[in-house]
Amino acid sequence: MNAWLAQHLAALRDALRRLAASPLNSALSLLVIGIALTLPTAGWVVIENLHEATRSASGIQQISVFMAADAGKRDIGEVESRLRGAKIGTWRFVSRDEALKRMQSLEGMTEVVASLPRNPLPDAFVVEPADARPESLEVLAQTFSGWPKVAHVQLDSAWVKRFDALLRIGKRVVALLALLFAGALVAVTFNTIRLQILAQAAEIEVSKLIGATDAFIRRPFQYYGALQGALGGLLAAVLVAAGGYFLAAPVAELAALYGGNFALRGLSPGDTAVLTAAGAALGWLGAQISVSIHLHQIG
Amino acid sequence: MIAASALGKRYSEGLEALKDVSFEIGDGEMVFITGHSGAGKSTLFKLIAAIERPSSGSIVVNGQNLAALSRGAVPYLRRNFGLIFQDQKLLFDRNVLDNVLLPLSIVGQTGKDAIRRARAALDKVGLLARERATPVALSGGEQQRLAIARAVVNRPAVLLADEPTANLDSGSAADILEIFRAFHQVGVTVIISTHDPQWMARLSPRILCLEKGQIKGQMRGTARDRADGGGAR
Repeated sequence: MNAWLAQHLAALRDALRRLAASPLNSALSLLVIGIALTLPTAGWVVIENLHEATRSASGIQQISVFMAADAGKRDIGEVESRLRGAKIGTWRFVSRDEALKRMQSLEGMTEVVASLPRNPLPDAFVVEPADARPESLEVLAQTFSGWPKVAHVQLDSAWVKRFDALLRIGKRVVALLALLFAGALVAVTFNTIRLQILAQAAEIEVSKLIGATDAFIRRPFQYYGALQGALGGLLAAVLVAAGGYFLAAPVAELAALYGGNFALRGLSPGDTAVLTAAGAALGWLGAQISVSIHLHQIG
Repeated sequence: MIAASALGKRYSEGLEALKDVSFEIGDGEMVFITGHSGAGKSTLFKLIAAIERPSSGSIVVNGQNLAALSRGAVPYLRRNFGLIFQDQKLLFDRNVLDNVLLPLSIVGQTGKDAIRRARAALDKVGLLARERATPVALSGGEQQRLAIARAVVNRPAVLLADEPTANLDSGSAADILEIFRAFHQVGVTVIISTHDPQWMARLSPRILCLEKGQIKGQMRGTARDRADGGGAR
């Protein structure tokens, strides 16, 4: 085993030993870090679920393409062929007869429709684009309106924009929270490591005097900070999962009342890995700053 | 080889601890740096070990000018030395064996081989039977022997000791000096700073006399049990 690996393993063992040596302090620090990471993570999960809920709710991100009254089968075929070629998502054709039938089925509309001398409704296409960003939807709507025999393109872009703006505000709030709590995590680790350094000042002094490099001194503290952050990240993932489990039933009930079957989405294994890695990186950073300041002070 | 030329050290508060000190110490020599308290012995010890930087002049160790040494290179230079401090600087929360294992872990030696080497070092200073004891349970002489074991475990080319017999009774001090002599006899350069002249005759080392930060004389101690001692230079 080479010296580099041996030193890293020794540093990791040392960090684990320190974590285990004061279980109460370690548990309290982990709890603080876990809660600090839980809040922005929970916010992110809420935003993602809102995004998903609006994606799955019908009509919100649809574009209706109404054909001209004099459009024939050839014109409809031309639009079909263009939609097929554009590969922009899913779409379906709603003939004027089908539209009239749907209208008739609506409560109170039967008599109104029966009184009409002829079917006033046009043939239409309902498009659900894969790219649901408001700006993309507007570009698509403009493209459709330029196609032959298309009389009107309907996109509830104002609603989409409003909702998208709200989501963007939400994302920014979550980003700010993440930034603030990341700072808190770094500060918590910084302070934990500072106390450890004070407790081990003699060992650090002796080690430096007999030939230890700064990297050798830093390494166990870096591992400690990273371990603490990673465990805090895992704890945050557990807390978010517990919150999701707690809210799943009422959310499903609410969705059912709106005729949907929406289910809350929690953190994926990939998300949990990213959260753990972020916690580890922030913990490492707090430790790095703390040890570097101390090493600078002792010259 | 250690060479100092016009070496000076002035502290920020204005105290001039060393001025215009020049000397050479060859490989395998045994040198005592003597002088009264405040003569500059500890400062010279710190300059040789690159614990402090000179204010003027130069000190060259194995071809490296310590005045120009980068901060990152200092730890690697110190690994050439076995440093023994007046206050030993032992880790009192670790046992004897772990104290000796520390320099080995610094150079990346762990596991059974490191333990074997640490025990060999403890054996050389007569502390093998006490490897599980904590330093606080050791006598002053034993603590100094532990400090020596820690200093020699990486087989340094130079042993550098600052007042290693201070605060020891004469029996313990004699034991410590015997250990230094044993290392010197196998080719290790030994540099000892002391204000106690009684051991020089016994070991017949080369002696650098410091007074008020300057070298006032270089001589060789009277040989009692070594044949190569000379008179004053």
